[in-house]
Amino acid sequence: MTQTTGESIVVEPAPAQLPQVSLPRLFWVFFYIGATSFGGGVIAYLREHLVSREKWLDESHFLAALEIGQTVPGLISTNVSVIVGSRLRGVMGSIAAAVGTTLPGAIVVFILGLLYTRFKGNPQVGAVLGGVGAAAVGLLLAVTIQIGRREIKKWQDWVILVPAFLLVGLFHISLVPVLVVLAPIAIQLNRPDQDEIAAYHEKRATYHAQLAEHHGKQAKHHFTVKGIRRHGHE
Amino acid sequence: MNKLISLVNVFALLSLLAVGGGTAVLPQMKHDTVTTHQWLTAEQFTDIYSLGQLAPGPNMNMVSVIGYHVAGMAGAVLVLLAFYVPSCTLVFAVGKFWDHFEGSPWRDAVQRGMAPITIGLMTSGVYAIGRTATIDIHRALSSNAITSAITIAVTVILLNRHINPALLILLGGAIGWFVLGTG
Repeated sequence: MTQTTGESIVVEPAPAQLPQVSLPRLFWVFFYIGATSFGGGVIAYLREHLVSREKWLDESHFLAALEIGQTVPGLISTNVSVIVGSRLRGVMGSIAAAVGTTLPGAIVVFILGLLYTRFKGNPQVGAVLGGVGAAAVGLLLAVTIQIGRREIKKWQDWVILVPAFLLVGLFHISLVPVLVVLAPIAIQLNRPDQDEIAAYHEKRATYHAQLAEHHGKQAKHHFTVKGIRRHGHE
Repeated sequence: MNKLISLVNVFALLSLLAVGGGTAVLPQMKHDTVTTHQWLTAEQFTDIYSLGQLAPGPNMNMVSVIGYHVAGMAGAVLVLLAFYVPSCTLVFAVGKFWDHFEGSPWRDAVQRGMAPITIGLMTSGVYAIGRTATIDIHRALSSNAITSAITIAVTVILLNRHINPALLILLGGAIGWFVLGTG
């Protein structure tokens, strides 16, 4: 009746063979990424090291982690580190990965901050930061345009994008009410149609029926007719 | 003490509001720290953001400098924790059951729906920093012309060439040193 959970892994899309990575090694690789990823594109460095060099996870798992990291609030690079760290070594792994990615930059910025406080009045420091700031705006703008080109596909997207910009950027409305109002509308505009939902439920029902079959149980009636028929054939 | 509590409140909330990355919360971060709490001037906020671009890793580590500016060492550490721990905890939890919704049409709807919000907020982030760094009415016309030229040049180069943005950031700093410093 009760089977070991080890067997049910067959029907789950869970990572098949996770590499054995020690915590210090995990921390070191993320620390190295955190210390060398100049210029903002930390995601590219994460992919290069985790997928190409260390081969700790394959491209599809990396993209899955990126998908979560982009959907959940927070910095995308830190989010991806948490997810990959957690896949490899659980809670401790996610802490090691997040601290590793963040710490080197945090220390460097902090030292720069101390220097900034000390040389605040110096016009040359102001001039350098003026140039850096203007270039940083160019970097932000280029990234925004690149993501926009990829993600904005239909006119309905503009109905959400423009108010988001106006409310937050121009009118300084707090993000909380803006998200509370805009997010449900945006999701509603992209809601799946009935066919998609039906197809998904059917797939899940089949999956559950197979799972029940796998456990040698009687397929329950709510696992849809298809599930029962499959079971009945045996 | 009150300042520390305010700092933690502000940055912990920002942590959970950063949909699609840190740029999304730049406008609110600027508004909270400059207008609401008056911890910094708009110029200082932009300077500190620029400092963050000179360091490796996530480009929002500069929040520690804001914390330091307001409340010293304790402020720096608390702001870093407040800004990272909430969102990291959330993503850890979501990562656990994300696979459960594999193939769910609603998961796709959430992702597709959040994309235009993210881009709208990123545009607000560009605007919030650009309003001081690229064009600032309090500066001389010649200085604005130079910063605008740098912003436009960096945007065009990055959209057309594969080049490490860090080089362009450093180049911007060098141009600032030689051109803006004398103006």
